[in-house]
Amino acid sequence: MKPPLNELVVLSGKGGTGKTSLVGAFAALADNPVLCDADVDAADLHLLLNPRIRERHDFYAGHKAAIDQEKCIRCGECLNWCRFGAIAEELTINPLLCEGCGVCWQLCPVQAVNFPDNLCGEWYISITRFGPLVHARLGLAEENSGKLVTLVRREARRLAEAKGSGWIITDGPPGIGCPVISSLGDATATLIVTEPTVAGQHDLERVAALADHFDLPAFVLVNKADLHKPTAQAIQQFCDHKGYPFLGHLPFDPDFTRAQVEGKTIMEYNNRKLHQLLTEVWERLSAAIQKRKAKES
Amino acid sequence: MIVSVASGKGGTGKTTIATNLAVALDQPVQLLDCDVEEPNAHLFLKPVMEQSTEVYLEVPEIDPKLCTLCGKCQDICQFNALAVLPAMVLTFPELCHSCGGCFLVCPEGAVKSQQRLIGLVETGSRGQVRFAGGRLRVGEAMAPPLIRRVKENIRRGNPTILDAPPGTSCPVVTTLWGSDFVLLVTEPTPFGLSDLELAVGAVREMGLPLGLVINRADLGDRRVHDYAAQERLPILLEIPFDRQVATAYARGELLVETFPAWQQMMKQLYKQILTISGKSDPK
Repeated sequence: MKPPLNELVVLSGKGGTGKTSLVGAFAALADNPVLCDADVDAADLHLLLNPRIRERHDFYAGHKAAIDQEKCIRCGECLNWCRFGAIAEELTINPLLCEGCGVCWQLCPVQAVNFPDNLCGEWYISITRFGPLVHARLGLAEENSGKLVTLVRREARRLAEAKGSGWIITDGPPGIGCPVISSLGDATATLIVTEPTVAGQHDLERVAALADHFDLPAFVLVNKADLHKPTAQAIQQFCDHKGYPFLGHLPFDPDFTRAQVEGKTIMEYNNRKLHQLLTEVWERLSAAIQKRKAKES
Repeated sequence: MIVSVASGKGGTGKTTIATNLAVALDQPVQLLDCDVEEPNAHLFLKPVMEQSTEVYLEVPEIDPKLCTLCGKCQDICQFNALAVLPAMVLTFPELCHSCGGCFLVCPEGAVKSQQRLIGLVETGSRGQVRFAGGRLRVGEAMAPPLIRRVKENIRRGNPTILDAPPGTSCPVVTTLWGSDFVLLVTEPTPFGLSDLELAVGAVREMGLPLGLVINRADLGDRRVHDYAAQERLPILLEIPFDRQVATAYARGELLVETFPAWQQMMKQLYKQILTISGKSDPK
């Protein structure tokens, strides 16, 4: 019988707390996982997993308007319609500011606006030493990151189902906006990696509220906990009080950076203490997620 | 002078630089927190908040008495925020980008204005620093319209510092647009370098001058320095890792107040920004 499929999405709210390093560790610890980098804006997981790209696809989403200057009669109506400030006085459209709403394209009295499909980036299916990786690269200064997140997660799920994998481990984006919301639909659980700082704590509270909003269990782990123990304790109390399962404290350890410099996950770097801590974290986390899933079904 | 502090990778020290720079300048300054998803600048600046304003997006609501189900609103909407059914038009306000297209095309005037709350803009001050920051409503997806509202607080003249969100996509572009200079804060690690390359690409695409701050400069490797040399990117400041600084930051302290050397370091940084951008602040 195939194991039930779980997707764990690793989030943080605040950037730089250690999401990707932990996803790397879980990639090494999970049994037969499919890996997914949903931080399409600033993807980094590939730097630990050294993927060999097997499939490469263009990602088209939305449109960008452009004015055909030969057809334009300079009535200036589009300038009044555009709510995004994308049209300059001289009636040219700045693609960086164009939202792709199509109002100028549809309403131009002489059809002088073109509205081509927008190539926003690329996405890939790769092989890594721990399993397949679905990842992407959003074009510079592009929109539609939410749609690309949805796409890479859908592909990861398809791969996982095809190979009978029990785990998708997804590296999520920072923040709580569009790409984060797209990384949560249909997930099994989220792990929020935070740090013992006023900013880490503040941002944890917001991203945990977002997980609640989507009715998703949120596990919490404090990374670099020894940098400020009182705040690490306060975060643990907050989680106990709010009912977010608390997974523990990880120490600040420059070996995370050293492993990264060598292109390794921390589980492949010689640091027994971290290996033991992370193995325990993964065992508790995976068991808790499986138990919850069993209860649901 | 408008300086955006951005990074690509999160957690490199944007907010630390933005807040300390603002306080160190010893003159009337504006500090705007444009990281509306996870705003943190106020935790360090601790301004006295004066005003909190709810921000709404105009979204459509269809008046069924006037609607003839002609379908023009559905046709113009690129975001699937309106669906014309056999007997009514359904609206999906959370998908609406507020482009106003449906209001313009409805021949019957049946599209009425409704509001969707997207967040708050809070303003306040501390000493010579005027503060404004956005706070996206939890569950709301669209940060750019709120960022635009935060930026409406910019008053030309005094130095203005924008604390940008991480990444390189639309919230970052919305923040950086109109800046005179972009300070990219990075760290010398493979993740830092990879995200720095993306951020540099985005800033160059916007045609803005930029400079680097390398934080925790002694942890990691030399590849960020090599990249900066190769791309001729000026490194304006390098900050070594210091556990005391990390602890002060963790507590929410302003480093310029705890460590006198930071005051001078930030002033010097601003001087360099003025030199490189060839701009000055009116006296």
